Amino acid sequence: MTEARDIDILHYCRSQTARHLMLMVRSPSEVVNPLLFFLLVILLFPLGLGPDPEQLSVLAPGILWVVALLSNLMICMRLFVDDLEDGSLEQLAMARVPLSVAVLPQLLASWLASGLLLSLVSPIFGLMLGLPLDVAPVLVASLLMGTAIMLLLGAVGAALTVGVQRGGILLALLILPLYVPILIAGTRALNEALQGGDPTVALALLGAGVTGGLLLAPLAIAAGVRVSLEL
Amino acid sequence: MTTALLEARDLSIHKGLRQLLKDVTLRVEPGDLWQLAGGNGIGKTSLLRSFARLASIEVYGDLSRCDDVLYIGHAAALKGAMTPRQNLKYHPSGLCTPTDTEIDEALAAVGLTGYENALTARLSAGQKRRVTLARLFLTSGRLWLLDEPFTALDVAGVAVLEQRFAAHAQAGGAVVFTSHQSADLGGLLSVFDLEQFRGD
Repeated sequence: MTEARDIDILHYCRSQTARHLMLMVRSPSEVVNPLLFFLLVILLFPLGLGPDPEQLSVLAPGILWVVALLSNLMICMRLFVDDLEDGSLEQLAMARVPLSVAVLPQLLASWLASGLLLSLVSPIFGLMLGLPLDVAPVLVASLLMGTAIMLLLGAVGAALTVGVQRGGILLALLILPLYVPILIAGTRALNEALQGGDPTVALALLGAGVTGGLLLAPLAIAAGVRVSLEL
Repeated sequence: MTTALLEARDLSIHKGLRQLLKDVTLRVEPGDLWQLAGGNGIGKTSLLRSFARLASIEVYGDLSRCDDVLYIGHAAALKGAMTPRQNLKYHPSGLCTPTDTEIDEALAAVGLTGYENALTARLSAGQKRRVTLARLFLTSGRLWLLDEPFTALDVAGVAVLEQRFAAHAQAGGAVVFTSHQSADLGGLLSVFDLEQFRGD
């Protein structure tokens, strides 16, 4: 009996990342909507709070981070929904690659289209809120890491709730408490940078979060997907 | 002695409080073609999913099977926004890493020449089914678990599929499929009637 043909994990991940990126290009609204949401909210804040740059720049770290968190939540709510409906998720589970690895390409593609994009344009949003340009590196770095952790954590919740009818609120309840430490670390890094302090500690915490999340979250996501497939 | 591709012993499947099937014992050897038969709701799909190890929480009993499995369920795992060619090339099961020529040959085998680059969303139900079944011409999988493979296929499509089943069995593979219609597979086919395993 011939042994099952081994498949090249790297090749598999590359092909699946291509698949998800291709799907995102075909339906750009899923990529653009969270960014548009981010832009709209940032535009509305100066209107509501008054155009005083002093006051705005004090509030800017909190505003930017809360909005990034909410737009991340929007992405997580859609994460596995289509794939469960059309059977892609069960085919993913049938792949001869550990499921915890097989779910990573989709997360990578989602992060490229959301977290990375958002982080890169965030200095512009920062400027709109009166944030000085010299804290832009800290803003970008903290958002790069923060969005990655939030996506990993959110994917755990999404995997668990994808089989539940209208699981959106349940998902928010599940993962928002987990987002709180990230929110605190992220705004802390920005505030330190704004006040001329040292943002390294907060950034290091976020970095540790990314490493830990990359190690542990895939296992939890895989377990969540398996449970959702049973329903 | 040949090793079985799948062996289930005293399998029982539950759905909530209800026992769907009990004491299911089945041994699938290379060259076997099994049709799981039985009325609606008896548990054909549940049994097939348990064979695929997609359902295991409510399944009791012994199940061993080879790793080289291809499973096609009710949902086709096709993305409407991609072409048939892309759907096959970037298939999430990753069972095969086909080249473009292999994909075109497989699509030709299921009669979809000329539709390689059409949007899958524009195809008819039967044509989408054919795209899914084109995977049978690309795979290296030995054990095929197919849920209602004949659904939405026309007479010619059914014939193509039957030939493919027979060829796969002759090459040392095995197929377990659910279906309501009787397939024309001559002496190769064995029918596994689930009525006798109905749960309490």
